[in-house]
Amino acid sequence: MEAQLQELKTQALDKITAASTVKELNDVRVAYLGKKGPITDLLKGMGKLPAEERPKMGALVNVVREEVTTQLEGRMVILEEEAINQKLQSETIDITLPGRPVKTGNPHPLTRVVEEIEDLFISMGYEVAEGPEVEKDYYNFEALNLPKGHPARDMQDSFYITEDILLRTHTSPVQARTMEAKGGEPIKIICPGKVYRRDSDDATHSHQFTQIEGLVIGEDIRMSDLKGTLSVFAKKMFGDDREIRLRPSFFPFTEPSVEMDISCFKCGGSGCNVCKKTGWIEILGAGMVHPNVLEMAGYDSKRLTGFAFGMGPERIAMLKYGIEDIRHFYTNDVRFLSQFQRTEL
Amino acid sequence: MLVSINWLKDYVNTQQLPPAELGEKITRSGIEVDAVIDRSHGMTNIVVGYVESCVKHPEADKLSICQVNVGEETTQIICGAPNIAAGQKVIVARPGAKLPGDIKIKKAKLRGEESHGMICSLQELGIEGKLVPKAYAEGIYVLPEDAETGSDVLTNFDLNDTVLELGLTPNRADAMSMLGVAYEVGAILSEEVQLPEISYKEASDTAASMLTLNVDAPEANPLYVAKVVRNIKVQESPMWLQQRLMVAGVRPHNNVVDVTNYILMEYGQPLHAFDYDLLETGNITVRHAKEGEMITTLDDAERKLSGHQLVITNGEKPVAIAGVMGGADSEVSEATTTVVIESAYFESGSVRQTSKDHGLRSDASSRYEKGVDPNRVIPAAERAAQLLSELAGGEVLAGSVVFDELNKEEKIVKVSPDFINSRLGMKISFEDMWDILNRLKFNTEAANGQLVISVPTRRQDIQIPEDVIEEIARLYGYDEIPATLPEAETTPGGLTPYQAKRRIVRSLLEGAGLLQATTYSLTSEKSAKQFALEETETTRLLMPMSEERSILRQSLLPHLLESVTYNTARRMDSVALYETGSVFLKGDDELLNEQEHLAVAMTGLWLDNSWQGEKKPVDFFVLKGIVETLGTKLGVQLTFERGQMDDLHPGRTAFIMLDGQRIGVIGQLHPTEQKARDLKTTVVMELNLAALLNIETAALLYTPVPRYPSMSRDVALVLSKVVEAGTIETVIRNAGGKLLKDVRVFDLYEGDKMEEGKKSVAFSLTYFDPEKTLTDEEVINAHEKVLAALTEVGAELRS
Ligand SMILES: [Zn+2]
Repeated sequence: MEAQLQELKTQALDKITAASTVKELNDVRVAYLGKKGPITDLLKGMGKLPAEERPKMGALVNVVREEVTTQLEGRMVILEEEAINQKLQSETIDITLPGRPVKTGNPHPLTRVVEEIEDLFISMGYEVAEGPEVEKDYYNFEALNLPKGHPARDMQDSFYITEDILLRTHTSPVQARTMEAKGGEPIKIICPGKVYRRDSDDATHSHQFTQIEGLVIGEDIRMSDLKGTLSVFAKKMFGDDREIRLRPSFFPFTEPSVEMDISCFKCGGSGCNVCKKTGWIEILGAGMVHPNVLEMAGYDSKRLTGFAFGMGPERIAMLKYGIEDIRHFYTNDVRFLSQFQRTEL
Repeated sequence: MLVSINWLKDYVNTQQLPPAELGEKITRSGIEVDAVIDRSHGMTNIVVGYVESCVKHPEADKLSICQVNVGEETTQIICGAPNIAAGQKVIVARPGAKLPGDIKIKKAKLRGEESHGMICSLQELGIEGKLVPKAYAEGIYVLPEDAETGSDVLTNFDLNDTVLELGLTPNRADAMSMLGVAYEVGAILSEEVQLPEISYKEASDTAASMLTLNVDAPEANPLYVAKVVRNIKVQESPMWLQQRLMVAGVRPHNNVVDVTNYILMEYGQPLHAFDYDLLETGNITVRHAKEGEMITTLDDAERKLSGHQLVITNGEKPVAIAGVMGGADSEVSEATTTVVIESAYFESGSVRQTSKDHGLRSDASSRYEKGVDPNRVIPAAERAAQLLSELAGGEVLAGSVVFDELNKEEKIVKVSPDFINSRLGMKISFEDMWDILNRLKFNTEAANGQLVISVPTRRQDIQIPEDVIEEIARLYGYDEIPATLPEAETTPGGLTPYQAKRRIVRSLLEGAGLLQATTYSLTSEKSAKQFALEETETTRLLMPMSEERSILRQSLLPHLLESVTYNTARRMDSVALYETGSVFLKGDDELLNEQEHLAVAMTGLWLDNSWQGEKKPVDFFVLKGIVETLGTKLGVQLTFERGQMDDLHPGRTAFIMLDGQRIGVIGQLHPTEQKARDLKTTVVMELNLAALLNIETAALLYTPVPRYPSMSRDVALVLSKVVEAGTIETVIRNAGGKLLKDVRVFDLYEGDKMEEGKKSVAFSLTYFDPEKTLTDEEVINAHEKVLAALTEVGAELRS
């Protein structure tokens, strides 16, 4: 009987090793350890043995059964793992296939530029002021030291609706309106918006375009404050190593008036096609608010002074992104618009 | 303004600065130099030739064979110019010569005849055709007889010169003359200015003996000077004068006209020459025109005059429009022997108006418009007399005929050095300020700590202390201004709630996949009111540039749809754009009611995940979902009401409502409109964004997270197709009581398994009690009431 037991054990262990799937192994379990299996049979047959042999045989059977069970369980772990691996293998996907698209749009490049400028000045304590695009001649010209008949306000250059109403030619009327509304109090604003001039549309001209202007009025505002403010702006907008220079210019609403150049951000000043070999790029016009403008809005120009500046987001976007034709901004080709998606931070 | 550096040197020492450097200095101190133009254009080997003989080419009618003495030899040159003739002095480009435009002259054979070089026109030397004297415009230029054969043409013609092109701002009218530029350069370089020396011999007869003058409009013409020069010979001007005019951008005519133009360029003072005999009356009367009076001007145009326009008359009829253009009747010609030279001060506004009325802008009017120097009117007349006696052999009658009521005093501006420094944020010393004012030739005195400055009349732009600040700062150097920041208390800054919410709307739309577009505000009559939300009159420009851009838009959609078509026409089939911008409605006052709108247009696929087989075209509900989300985000309750609008699908259009007000429209384009715009299914939306953003959003308060579970019940209903889900939803909500928290459509079936005219709509109802866990009984009770209400309105429960 003992020999029979050993034989059984060898057979069972062989079959355990041979089992290659969880199912086969389970069959082995049922076949050898099940209620109808040979080991159970042996245990049942122990009744026929002499009483003194029974404990010894019983122990032996248990040893065999435990060994078979251990082997079987060990084998089971391996086979189960194999089975999982196989399943995982079969579940492999082609990870190079494209992901499910997340559709996102983006702002117009001009909005992008305008908001960048807005945020920059907001961080310096400015508020954003807006005003009507159809404007009174008074706010567009007269309040800005451009009386009727002034050479700088040729009617041919503006879109008039009546003798006294026109499409604003700059965002400066917002400054005039703000000054009037503030009644002599200090001001710190920037004014973005659409403006209109009687130009034929071509690569560098557009009858509709945008402007963003700034105005600061307060006690003891000096021309050096204008220079410092513009310098901060230039560095934040175009890079920390930007230099600025001011050149004398003329605007009826400022005196003195300047134009600001920045050192070329492409070549750093050595000369390239962006800066037309000069090393400098003209970015904006600015100046100290003309006393007439202050007085007309009810400010005491002896007590309060101010500076103003203005620039064209189209020009800035064209320089910044290398856009060659202003008409792109108004054509809305999605192949153009969708390029202004990613951040530059 | 074109400034020849060689000419400029007549008045000021330019310190031999290279032209580019001089240009840079001028730019940095106030007047922008737009271009530095080398007049030699790299030309070489161009000499004066003498045409010894000239015969027709036997093989070519239009060519001549010329034997030309070029100094060292006589050589054969074939010439195609019609005005070539033996005995002329001409410009010869010798073999090896370089001409503008990278042209190299080589020996050549023309129809079998050798040609050793080229006889040149002025255009071939780089001079613009419109500046070449008329006699030579169509052929070669003929030099005066005394030009030295074989000598260098570049030297003869003063082409070894550089021109600075000044971009003048309107305030710097003073720099519209060579003398004005000389003063500017003198101030920059600390150099003195040499004025032309004027001297000539006068006849014993006086000008007054031949000419009488009346000025009937002293406000518009406070100063009028006339000089009379007789026995002149009208002919071509000498080369130097022709050359200087061409540099300045003026075409030479004859010596009399050229002298007036030369002085215009030199002094900035317009002059006019009348043929004395053609004036007929020996009288000049300046007056306002009679309404409807006629004059034929020098450009041969017949012009009707109005009462506010100033004219020069011979006492009877107009002979010139004052300050704008002379009349053809008294024009100087080769037959002229006696001329009247007019130098006058015409008030700028009057000239500007008249020049605008006639659409006539001349070198003269553009200077009068900006204001000429009162103290140069008389010297310019004297200078003209001098040059006419030198160049036209004229005899200048003694004295002038003058009317003079003009104030020629210098303006006094007082300003303290402290004031200057405080405005600039600088510390410029008194000495430096004094030096700069001296360089500017502003007579200055110091009194009581103030600078008392007499501003020369040539600088009409200097009126107030701030103007002086600019003069001092620009010549001291803007680079010297330090960079500071305002010292005033800092303010917080920021966006208004409206502006901040506009950004929220934008980012929501962009997150939903829409690209922001920008279109034009000006549109055509046809597009102005399409899709407009309100019915108001359109607004038209007084002088539109085109019909396409003549009216202010009342809706954004027409242009936005044009942009969609632009893209689909370029094979981009799925386009989703939005725009925010103003529309312009007639308002209560003179200004328009500008309303900020938001518009969206979508076509093509909304969802395109092709390899996973997911494709969904845009439809009404895609866009409606975006609008609903917008409402949620802004905390406003938007509702939708079935509606109709021209060019939208009659069954697929809704108005967007806010507090019972119609604030927008959403719909699918009408198939006819889609076809007209060459579009496939396209959905659009436009709403009054301002109405939405102006609503103050309520404070946000949290609702406790539910502690008890909710229970849901589904109900499938068979409804008549005309019954709207929204109606049923209202029935359910009204019947559900306070336990019913949410109702949601989760299925719609209109397929062929349904009876004709019916559809199946399934709702999911959520019941919830924040106080406790709901019992089945409570839910059943509430739900029973809902079912009863549904049955009552004829909804049939589907098993
Ligand atoms: Zn560069």
